[in-house]
Amino acid sequence: MSARALRLSAGLPARVALGAVALLVALFLVFPVVIVIPLSFSGSEFLSFPPESWSLRWYADFFTTARWLESAWLSIWIAVVAAILATVLGTAAALGLARAKFPGRAVVTAFLLSPLVVPAIIVSIGVYFFYAPLGLVGSPIGIAIAHATLASPFVLVNVTAALAGFDPRLEQAAKNLGASGWSTFRLVTFPIIKPGVMAGAVFAFIASFDEMIVALFITSPGNVTLPIRMWESMRNEISPAIAAVSTLVILLSVSLFFVAARIQARAVARSGGDR
Amino acid sequence: MSLAEPLAPARLGALRARAATPAWLALPLIAFLGVFYLAPVAMMLARAAGEGDWAPLFAAIENQVAQRVFLGTLEIAFVCTLATLVIGYPLALFAALAPPWLARLAIAAVLAPFWSSILIRSYAWMVLLGREGLVNGALGGLGLIEAPIRMLNTTFAVYVGMIHIMLPFMILPIYAALKGIDGRLVQAAENLGASTASVLRHVILPLSLPGVAAGALVVFVLSIGFYVTPALLGGPRDMMVSMLIAQEVDLYNWDLASAYAGGLLVLTLLIVAVASRFVDLGKAMGGRK
Repeated sequence: MSARALRLSAGLPARVALGAVALLVALFLVFPVVIVIPLSFSGSEFLSFPPESWSLRWYADFFTTARWLESAWLSIWIAVVAAILATVLGTAAALGLARAKFPGRAVVTAFLLSPLVVPAIIVSIGVYFFYAPLGLVGSPIGIAIAHATLASPFVLVNVTAALAGFDPRLEQAAKNLGASGWSTFRLVTFPIIKPGVMAGAVFAFIASFDEMIVALFITSPGNVTLPIRMWESMRNEISPAIAAVSTLVILLSVSLFFVAARIQARAVARSGGDR
Repeated sequence: MSLAEPLAPARLGALRARAATPAWLALPLIAFLGVFYLAPVAMMLARAAGEGDWAPLFAAIENQVAQRVFLGTLEIAFVCTLATLVIGYPLALFAALAPPWLARLAIAAVLAPFWSSILIRSYAWMVLLGREGLVNGALGGLGLIEAPIRMLNTTFAVYVGMIHIMLPFMILPIYAALKGIDGRLVQAAENLGASTASVLRHVILPLSLPGVAAGALVVFVLSIGFYVTPALLGGPRDMMVSMLIAQEVDLYNWDLASAYAGGLLVLTLLIVAVASRFVDLGKAMGGRK
């Protein structure tokens, strides 16, 4: 072990000052996410903190209101389809780009990653023009396809990272032992990059589930996704109902992140802590 | 990880070449994005060209409101970049110096906001900054203010919300760069009698600059495309380019909207193209959203 972890022999006042600033920044980051949760259990029509009374009425409201439930299911359905599309296409592309060298590889990679930085509103307008003559405006599958284009870079980045720590001689050994290309992928490559694929799929699901701007342009009154429903009610009023929906959405994201983290931790443990 | 005896580099190279997965595996995604992402954006750009005379584009360029909105957007993005750097660097440094358990806690705090969408975080700030909100309540309770201050629907609220959302994008690459510094360099400087301040200035800060550059690029580029946060937290005067585009769409001015969108696209790509000479964008995104 040659390199040494970063350490600084600073005086106590400097350490305390740095720690205090870091604590403040951490609170600033976490507080607004956490505050939504107690607000969702408010018993009154108005938002006050701490709530004057506690109740589950906003959750009851959510689970008994058809339009909230329809929007939630629609968003889940769209996110699942988008995540599957993005994961299959993104994983294949990561495999193709990681091992091959060809002219223009950098340009292709930049193009495939560009949905991460191109503002959503630009894609929204283009997709509307593109979908209108095809009759895809207002269709859930149209939204899912658009979301898959935006979510595919998350899969590409995660799988590429997983492939970086992968010894290509393992694939070579499988091929030398007579495995076909597909068997090599199924039995050797995929089990090793699986954590990256799963993480990419989770990010893709959440990217679609939370996406609102593109969906807003190609939605129809009969197909309103959950973020659009939330956006519309936020613009009208600040009621605790949104806090309850937000808490449920946060709960879903947190559980998905934990699933992804567990898969990754298991994989690290299996490979003997090697990363 | 290595299963065999180390191979001579030449032989390893030969094996790598034969083990390659075929490049055509990238084609399905290229085709998919070509049809459902590139073609739509091209159609939008064609709309901005008008009937070949680029009339919508010229109308957009000459529009004084649009000029102000584009400049205002750049200003907001610049302030957000600077603010996230100043606010985020100490936390990144703290996490890089802290023992592992504490560092994990600090990074968990940075990642926590990712558990909720931009929409939910903007809503949280609506609740916190409102007239009857928590911040006004706390300030009043402490006797610092007599009447509630108007914070929601002001530029201040837009900054607070956007800085909150962009901070992780600044902190994570800086943290990664700091973790990559060889601690022996710091040790050597200290052994030679450098004070903490000069170690920070002459060793740690310069070596963390690649992380700072990556973070600044991502924060700036993502900031110029913001829509939800300024729309919910800002007032009528805090219009950003995305809101201007949406406003033209609401008025069915699709040509003008396309011209503004084309301008925003060119601006985004220009910044990325210039910056990518110094920054590895794929690395800067770090596989996180």
